[in-house]
Amino acid sequence: MVEVNLWSGLRALADGKDKVEVEAATVGEVLEGLVMAHPGLQDAIDAGVSVAVDGRVIASSLTEPVQPDSEVFLMQRLKGG
Amino acid sequence: MSKIHVTTTINGDEVEYLCDPRETMLDVLRDRLGLTGAKEGCGTGDCGACSVTLDGRLVCSCLMLGAEADGHEITTIEGMATGEELHPLQQKFIEYAALQCGICTPGILVATKALLEKNPDPTETEVRYWLAGNLCRCTGYDKIIRAVMDTAADMREAS
Amino acid sequence: MALDDRKTSGFTQVGTRPNRPDGLDKVTGRARFGADVTAPGMLFATIVRSPHAHARIKKIDSSKAEALAGVKGVVTRADFATGLTGENWNILENVMAGDTALYDGHAVAAVAATSALIARDAAKLIEVEYEILPHVTDVDAAMADNAPVIREGAADKSVPEGMHPNVVRYHESGHGDVDAGFAEADLVIEDHFRTEATHQGYIEPHACLATLGGDGKGELWCCTQGHWNVQKICAALLGIETANLRVTASEIGGGFGGKTAVFIEPVALALARKTNKPVKLVMPRPDVFKATGPTASTSMDIKIGMKKDGTITAAQGVFRLQGGAFPGAPMEFTAMCAFAPYALKHVHQVGYDVITNRPKQAAYRAPGSPMAAFAVESVIDELCRKLELDPIETRLKNASKKGTKASFGPMFDQIGLVETLEAAKAHPHYSAPLKPGQGRGISCGFWFNHGGETAVTLALSEDGTAQLAVGTPDIGGSRASMALMAAEELGIPYENIRVTIADTATLGYNEVSHGSRVTYASGLATIEAARDAVGKLCARAAAKWGIPEDAVKWENGCAVPSGPNAGDFDPMPIAEITKRMGATGGPIVGHFEATPEGAGVSFATHIVDAEVDPETGKTSVVRYTVVQDAGKAIHPTYVEGQYQGGAAQGIGWALNEEYIYGDDGRLQNAVFLDYRIPVASDLPMIDTVIVEVPNPGHPYGVRGVGETSICPPLAAIANAVSAAAGVRLRELPMSPPRILAALERQRDG
Repeated sequence: MVEVNLWSGLRALADGKDKVEVEAATVGEVLEGLVMAHPGLQDAIDAGVSVAVDGRVIASSLTEPVQPDSEVFLMQRLKGG
Repeated sequence: MSKIHVTTTINGDEVEYLCDPRETMLDVLRDRLGLTGAKEGCGTGDCGACSVTLDGRLVCSCLMLGAEADGHEITTIEGMATGEELHPLQQKFIEYAALQCGICTPGILVATKALLEKNPDPTETEVRYWLAGNLCRCTGYDKIIRAVMDTAADMREAS
Repeated sequence: MALDDRKTSGFTQVGTRPNRPDGLDKVTGRARFGADVTAPGMLFATIVRSPHAHARIKKIDSSKAEALAGVKGVVTRADFATGLTGENWNILENVMAGDTALYDGHAVAAVAATSALIARDAAKLIEVEYEILPHVTDVDAAMADNAPVIREGAADKSVPEGMHPNVVRYHESGHGDVDAGFAEADLVIEDHFRTEATHQGYIEPHACLATLGGDGKGELWCCTQGHWNVQKICAALLGIETANLRVTASEIGGGFGGKTAVFIEPVALALARKTNKPVKLVMPRPDVFKATGPTASTSMDIKIGMKKDGTITAAQGVFRLQGGAFPGAPMEFTAMCAFAPYALKHVHQVGYDVITNRPKQAAYRAPGSPMAAFAVESVIDELCRKLELDPIETRLKNASKKGTKASFGPMFDQIGLVETLEAAKAHPHYSAPLKPGQGRGISCGFWFNHGGETAVTLALSEDGTAQLAVGTPDIGGSRASMALMAAEELGIPYENIRVTIADTATLGYNEVSHGSRVTYASGLATIEAARDAVGKLCARAAAKWGIPEDAVKWENGCAVPSGPNAGDFDPMPIAEITKRMGATGGPIVGHFEATPEGAGVSFATHIVDAEVDPETGKTSVVRYTVVQDAGKAIHPTYVEGQYQGGAAQGIGWALNEEYIYGDDGRLQNAVFLDYRIPVASDLPMIDTVIVEVPNPGHPYGVRGVGETSICPPLAAIANAVSAAAGVRLRELPMSPPRILAALERQRDG
């Protein structure tokens, strides 16, 4: 299982939790797992998220690997100027 | 509205055109003569991207009517290099990376050439005030000012 | 992607400062920007815009315009696709109003005619009947109970119940227990800050030339930071297939984020479709101010606790951003960047995205971050002042480093904040004496940077030169950086690489040139494409020599046997291989198509000296030093240029630039005379220090440099001005009237 940290604004959509455990080996599976566990997160994830895996911000690649002991943070999708 | 027939000299060549009395010199250069080196950044004389010289005097071509060129001499960025040979300012701007996007560059080059013709030995402050009518959003002016000062020094040495 | 071939030293080309490949074009007027092209039979277009901040469009009558000789067509919202949802709907609604004009300058119709003058005359003949609605343009006013509702149902599910419908998105993040942290502090300062909207202020107005025939196939030439994005959005808004619209990016006269969006291109395409002729559309400057960009304006509350020794015990921020009439103000970045420079046990940040009757905000250089830095770094400065602490030492004491848990959640990898602070401390500027009436300000700044979808091809020519096609428009000299990286890998002269910005039909998708991604992502792609080509070159040499491919390596532009056991062959130069490539397996082309995900974050520290004239309230910036981590500077001169440009834009934002709205909700300063960006005589030379702490996610260690440079200036200048004036300035811009008012308030106690 991978522990995923949500930004606290998402708690309301994840039954009050800011950490969610999901079965996942990739970033894409992390996101699928989150929606499966808490369907309320679907819109926020569809609106665009990045996933920080061990400090590396993955902006869009769903195929990036995730290890069971990885530090995983959900972040809002990056957009620059 | 009937058009005005204009005979003028642009970059040393005699040119004739017909223009609407409301058309600016910049419109004529860009849309009638295909000389798109002068740029329209504002249309109100604030940005200097359309700088040309009229009988050697620096003007914003967006504030001048095309009809007013009749019988006068216009010089644009397209007339700055001599054939293959760049003007020392053009060369120095490339070397110093005195441009990033390059949209203000034609106007700034025309303006600084006019400055150095008037004042071959300007101080940094004089360069900055002379160029205060030419906006650059990319560079912070640092490399532009250095390029101008250094070109002026080179040109003084060469003359 | 494997980065086991990382190279951080021994460069022969990278780090040198050659002339840019497009230099000649740009100093002779030959470079073709957005408005510089024509097409046979071309029409000129003008857009009709709402003069009201908020109004229902009751009727549009274009009959008089259409009767004018030379007018070929008029379009309104009815000429665009229907049934769009999400961001595509927002963009269409912004590009051409539906039943309501949402801000002063909102497009409501457009006309194409045989000349620009006729089009302008015709636009005046289009009669629009409006019913004026109540409006709001200020962020705090738009959140108040009695504020007019801009659009019901615009909020997403993140917004807590009970908020005004104008609050459309909400962000909350942080960790620890801020109340416990504040209890540990010796001094807690809480303050309110505001910044006004500023425009990206590129000198080239948006411009395009469009054709779209009855066969549904179109061509579009435009100035943009990302033509694949333009292609995708325009296709959706016009209801055509993406591949049927080919978009070519012109040279681009500045963007700074403002040209990541689409404004006029779908209108030109709609007119081209309606008239069956090429249509040129160039925005007049007032339209650029009224209907493109700008940044969000902000209202922010910051609270920070500090111990006497300078340790920050807790920090919290509330960031309210209005981004015009549509969702999207980058409040989550404001929140996430705000405290990123500091290692904090207790931190909490909240963001509100608020809609108002203003133009849809667009990204501007590190969107959201400079405002956060202004507020946070002002409070840190005030804490240092009151606790009599050195501002750089205090920042060093709290600085984020590798392994720090970032204020936005994850742990930092290798970063260079400490290095920039150390370099700033050691810089002669920091210890130089100040004259009376002058003040010195320090600030740090942070930006994430970005990778993004990237495709590059590198095709070798028969003579051993190379054609590099990239998909990221060159805004500030990136062709030079790309050529340097390709030359480094291929071992051939810089001049032998021709870099082209390819159109949408000739490369795979490339994300917009944003997020400081070009030198990082297109650079990484260039290196990998060159390595791909080198692999193929080695294979050809191996075949010729009759040895295994892995027994050949590439050195100084030649294939050579990889060791004594590989055989004894003379080095085979690139041109010898390419000359015969047609007969030895065909063209040699290196490719890269992927989404690099290792854009390293970056930090900067700025030092500024300012002088305030107490009589006029005018501020002069007398000395400025930028210290920033570039990871690895590919072309140091252009890196310096990014630093200087970011600082200059920050100076404008801090001191002069602002959107001024009247009580009628109309923009009052939509020309450069009144919206005053820094001119040459406003600025000093801008000193730069390039710090290089390699980014682990790039083969040469590159970090983006374009955006971080605008993060510290607002606060650094505010701190300098506050020191010089003897009074804290909490609102931007610090224009002379605001400074005089602050001095007056102080005199009156």
